Amino acid sequence: MSRLESKVVLVSGGASGIGAETARLVVRDGGKAVLADRDETRGRAVAGELGANALFVTLDVTDEAAWQAAVKAAVDAFGGLHGLLNAAGVGVRNSIEDCTLADYRRIHDINGLGTFLGCKAAIPAMKQSGGGSIVNISSVLGLRGASYAMAYCASKGAVRLLTKHVALHCAQQKYNIRCNSVHPGYIDTPMIAPRLEQNVENMTGRQFLEDLHPLGRLGRPEEVANMILFLLSDESTFSTGSEFVCDGGLTA
Amino acid sequence: MSGELFGQVAIVTGGASGIGAASAALLAGAGATVVVADLQDARDSAGRFVCHDVASEESWQALLADVLKHEGRLDIMVNNAGISGGAGNVENTDVATWQRVQAINSEGVFLGCKYAIQGMKHIVGAAKPEPQGSIVNISSVAGLQAGAGAIAYTASKGAVRLLSKSVALYCAEKKYGIRCNSVHPGGVDTPIFDLLWQMVGREQGKAFLDGRHPIGRMAEPREIAEVVLWLASGRSSFVTGTEIAADGAITAGLMRRQPFVAP
Repeated sequence: MSRLESKVVLVSGGASGIGAETARLVVRDGGKAVLADRDETRGRAVAGELGANALFVTLDVTDEAAWQAAVKAAVDAFGGLHGLLNAAGVGVRNSIEDCTLADYRRIHDINGLGTFLGCKAAIPAMKQSGGGSIVNISSVLGLRGASYAMAYCASKGAVRLLTKHVALHCAQQKYNIRCNSVHPGYIDTPMIAPRLEQNVENMTGRQFLEDLHPLGRLGRPEEVANMILFLLSDESTFSTGSEFVCDGGLTA
Repeated sequence: MSGELFGQVAIVTGGASGIGAASAALLAGAGATVVVADLQDARDSAGRFVCHDVASEESWQALLADVLKHEGRLDIMVNNAGISGGAGNVENTDVATWQRVQAINSEGVFLGCKYAIQGMKHIVGAAKPEPQGSIVNISSVAGLQAGAGAIAYTASKGAVRLLSKSVALYCAEKKYGIRCNSVHPGGVDTPIFDLLWQMVGREQGKAFLDGRHPIGRMAEPREIAEVVLWLASGRSSFVTGTEIAADGAITAGLMRRQPFVAP
């Protein structure tokens, strides 16, 4: 398959979960993947597994200079930039009464500011490469609220709306850059691993989360990566500013 | 004094001007005791003025203590204070602007909800045996549908929209009797547009914004304040966790190609 033939894709959060799985599919389908993550050990391991068509760079998504360096590394290594996946994020449980201002700001810096800075850094390189596609990972909790994830919901609501801004700005400027948000349900990744161990209402955490979804199970990272691959590829050239839901029926 | 909100205490942030001032006036007109919290002086407003910075947690602690001392209770919180942060887009917005807009529009509403719940849980004898109240968060049409300008503002209003739902669900689960909703005004003729008026002139700017609304005009602050009053009052007792657009039908239709100039 060569759906991403000659496309260079930068992936934040590329060391694990949805980010790592997307990097694998990008390389499988003929593209080049630049995995950016704070976790150097796992990031290098995934990049090593993918061979010459992948590269690892260290990235703290809240650091603008680090984003510029990551984009430069992608362009230097593979000659351009055509795709960006903003998959880095933190999932934190807190409510309006127990969330501190420091918690709120940290979650927003990683999920919100981090996604904004990724878009900002990628656009100039994509313009020079003739256009591109940006995919921002929001969540079902960017569409619906949850009592136990107040700050996370707010940050994913910010991602949902900033995605639309980026899409409209790029359309207006005729950059040939698209931008969409993906809203996964609970996906079996390291982000939710701690919750799988916590018993809820006489159920294991896993059973509880599985039961939330009408499909009766958690999502697999590759199921979200397949949707992302569609958005990164030229199969989705008329989709921009939109919300793509991958949630096993959760919001239905 | 009489009126359906008689005996109730309301805080309105950003109450010195615009939607906040209009909301304070309508709440007071319905009988509520209103505290106008703003950085800007509002001594002539419909309520008691307290100088307040929504981005500062210390300021929230001081405000709540002051209100519980003077008014003795809290029933209604209108988180209205906000800034536009200019029309910067994804390419030309710097981190400092982003952080300042989030601090006021997003963190300010988070803190407003957090301290509102504390205040509403403050039990004052038989007159109010259980926590009760209504939190009204002012988001924007920009929290529903983006524009090509103002990325920081747009993101902050998206955060307020989702945060409001989480607060509503949390209070419902806790059986607090506290409701929380977001209001999404279209363009309202308030000082938030001062920068735009300076750039293109008030007449021209207003004519442009009038034309962006299917009903052909911007809103007056009072038209949004009426929605705030309804959500604050018991007449909306089954309404919580929802988003109410008062936008002259902007979000009813399709995105149009002409650039929308955000506030």
